[in-house]
Amino acid sequence: MTATAIEVNCATGEVTERSLTAAEIAEREAMAAEYAAQKAQEDAAKAAAQAAKESANAKLAALGLTAEEIAALTK
Amino acid sequence: MPNTYQVISSVTVGSGGAANIEFTSIPQTYTDLVLKISGRFTVDSASAFLRYNGTTTNGSSRWIEGSGSSASSSTDGSNQYGPVHGIVNSTKTASTFGNAEIYIPNYTSSNNKSSSSDGVTENNGTSTTMALGANLWSNTAAITSIQIVPAAGGNFVQYSTAVLYGIKNS
Repeated sequence: MTATAIEVNCATGEVTERSLTAAEIAEREAMAAEYAAQKAQEDAAKAAAQAAKESANAKLAALGLTAEEIAALTK
Repeated sequence: MPNTYQVISSVTVGSGGAANIEFTSIPQTYTDLVLKISGRFTVDSASAFLRYNGTTTNGSSRWIEGSGSSASSSTDGSNQYGPVHGIVNSTKTASTFGNAEIYIPNYTSSNNKSSSSDGVTENNGTSTTMALGANLWSNTAAITSIQIVPAAGGNFVQYSTAVLYGIKNS
């Protein structure tokens, strides 16, 4: 599929569609790569935080706290 | 709705989708602008950037986001203004669209341009995302064009819409 840009001229009301320029296509590809890298970083951070939470809960349970008591501490 | 709230222009994306949507030659006769978007992307991202006057510099943004089960906040480091959140991404409920609104006060002034944005998405009745952002474009030029660009490089799907309103203070 050819990527197109839509331009709305507010003075005339004219709506035009055009193909992206080579520079715009390159920018889109760069944005996609940057987003993918950023998302991977965020997903890793979320996974690490979740693992730390589960580990902490397990240690609290090992100390004898009930699930209700752990929830009271962590909420 | 007050009679000072007027549609300047609107557009609905056609069957081929759109890599971006741009409003140009924005009249300088209003006090504020409101941009409303009903959209869905072809990629796994619910964010878009706003670009004023074709530039990509001097922008900053801070937003908070809640999913119903967790909350977070973040600062955008892209140097573009927005980002706009709340446009449904490709992983959400099929054939649904998200809502986003950007309020841009005093867009013709010679001060820096601030804006607020809010947006919501839905996913199969099981989760949602709500975001509220504060944005700044550190530029004193009057805003004459606004381009909406998917942040992850995808397309707006068919039937996505964008409507630009003008508001007069009298």
